[in-house]
Amino acid sequence: MLSATLCGVSLDNPTILASGILGVSKLGVARMGREGAGAVTLKSLCHEERKGHPAPNMFVIDDGMLNAVGLPGQGIDNAVKEFGRLDDLPVPVIGSIFGYKIADFGIVAEKMASLKPAMIEVDVSCPHMDYDTPFYADSSALAKITKLVKKKAKGIPVSLKLSPNVPNIAELAQSCEKAGADCITAINTASAMKIDIEVRKPILGNKVGGLSGPALKPIAVRCVYEIFGAVKIPIIGTGGVSDGKDAIEMIMAGATAVGIGTAAYYRGPEVFRRVTDEMKAWMKEHGVSALDEIRGAAYK
Amino acid sequence: MSLKTELPKIFTVNRVVDEAKGHKSIFLSGALDCKPGQFVMVWIPEVEEKPMAVSEAGPEEFGFCYHTLGPFTQACDKLKPGDKIGIRGPYGNGFSVREHALVVGGGVGMSSVSALIDALKDPLIINGARDKEHLLYLERFKGKNMALCTDDGSFGKKGFATDALREVLSAHPEIRVVYTCGPELMMKKVVDLCNERKIDCEASVERYMKCGFGICGNCLINDRIICTEGPVFSGLRLAEMSEFGQSARLKTGRKVPLSEYYGWRA
Repeated sequence: MLSATLCGVSLDNPTILASGILGVSKLGVARMGREGAGAVTLKSLCHEERKGHPAPNMFVIDDGMLNAVGLPGQGIDNAVKEFGRLDDLPVPVIGSIFGYKIADFGIVAEKMASLKPAMIEVDVSCPHMDYDTPFYADSSALAKITKLVKKKAKGIPVSLKLSPNVPNIAELAQSCEKAGADCITAINTASAMKIDIEVRKPILGNKVGGLSGPALKPIAVRCVYEIFGAVKIPIIGTGGVSDGKDAIEMIMAGATAVGIGTAAYYRGPEVFRRVTDEMKAWMKEHGVSALDEIRGAAYK
Repeated sequence: MSLKTELPKIFTVNRVVDEAKGHKSIFLSGALDCKPGQFVMVWIPEVEEKPMAVSEAGPEEFGFCYHTLGPFTQACDKLKPGDKIGIRGPYGNGFSVREHALVVGGGVGMSSVSALIDALKDPLIINGARDKEHLLYLERFKGKNMALCTDDGSFGKKGFATDALREVLSAHPEIRVVYTCGPELMMKKVVDLCNERKIDCEASVERYMKCGFGICGNCLINDRIICTEGPVFSGLRLAEMSEFGQSARLKTGRKVPLSEYYGWRA
């Protein structure tokens, strides 16, 4: 009932663990598979080992989460050593990569491809990462990165993860599609800040961070809807999906698969099974037998 | 779905106590509803945020104890009554509180079991440290049945807490549960011995963590999430976790042998 095909990759269900949440180790990935995720995205890796930003790195506000973890990671070389391969796990794995300069993306993509992930996701959109230039808002830079990663990915499908902090996300998605992207992941977090009024300072160590969770969902739904109208490649709709109805809404906006991250806080690691159960219940109640029947239903 | 917040709440430092060489406790005014073995995220504005075990919790104040090592604990050393810091939590599962208990604490790990000792009925205690100057809570737990040991023999018995554990277990067959916190290799020995002798055991483990609420993934041991599913695990569960006593992840997420991890933490 929930099976989906994303860029030729068969998923038992369309829920995908979003990057940056729990996807640090192979044992962690395998567990998210057992918890019911249709696919699991690794925490992003770049060409070097990074400590990330000083803490506080993350906390929860009224209706969302703020984080400025700062893309810590062991680096692709250490990850290649630790993981060996990614196609021997019981769940499809999406390898998330980033770099500082455009050329870095190619180096990391080639090494990630050697691990044989089901897909490669390209994080060009972290709102608190000091990229060389703000790739996320520059269609020609996005096209260059897409072409480079595609070349190095050796046939592994490539998804570009886009930022909501732009005025023209649909156009940027089109640039990626034209450059050969197989998929769009939309969206990354929204640039945000929280100030503690007792101490009169921003709480995040990095001061600025990214907003995720329920407060982000209307923005994500709007972005997915706009991208769906602009491209033919599939979309991983990510941003604030916490329950089955949220997932259905994201699919009606045009998503083929649905990213889940912050909801693992609200509902625990078992969030995947809970969301898919709720999706099935909704579908039964509404006489929907396959997600294709409702995909993009809002865009008519 | 009910939404909750995990924002630091601002508390005022009430008093600072010198506990032992290099060890201090910070007490904050106000009550914190927490169980023995739970921890909080302590935020010193414009410095950093770190997890700390709650070492004491009363109706009017609560506190944590630390060993000064790096920039964060050096910033803790500068705190004085009246300063304001942020607290998130409490987090983690905490210890069960049962009768006929033996508590084994090593070094600053004593602070993670000290609220438990307050809650237990007549526990036996083994308190170990590298030398006399580093022993915690000699005054606080005076009058309790506490065996002291030091690595160099400068106070109490010479030897490791695990040596004392064998003796105490043999002398006290009534012991039904062993609680422990300390260096991980010490805890591994405690856990192995308890499992061998089929005595229930609970150990509080430590890993570098960023969120405290089960999201960042840095604190995993095997596939267990330490901040939400721990930090306290049963001896039987720990026996299934092959990375316990073996490896941990640095701030970057790179997995290293425990010795390298402790070298970085120090």
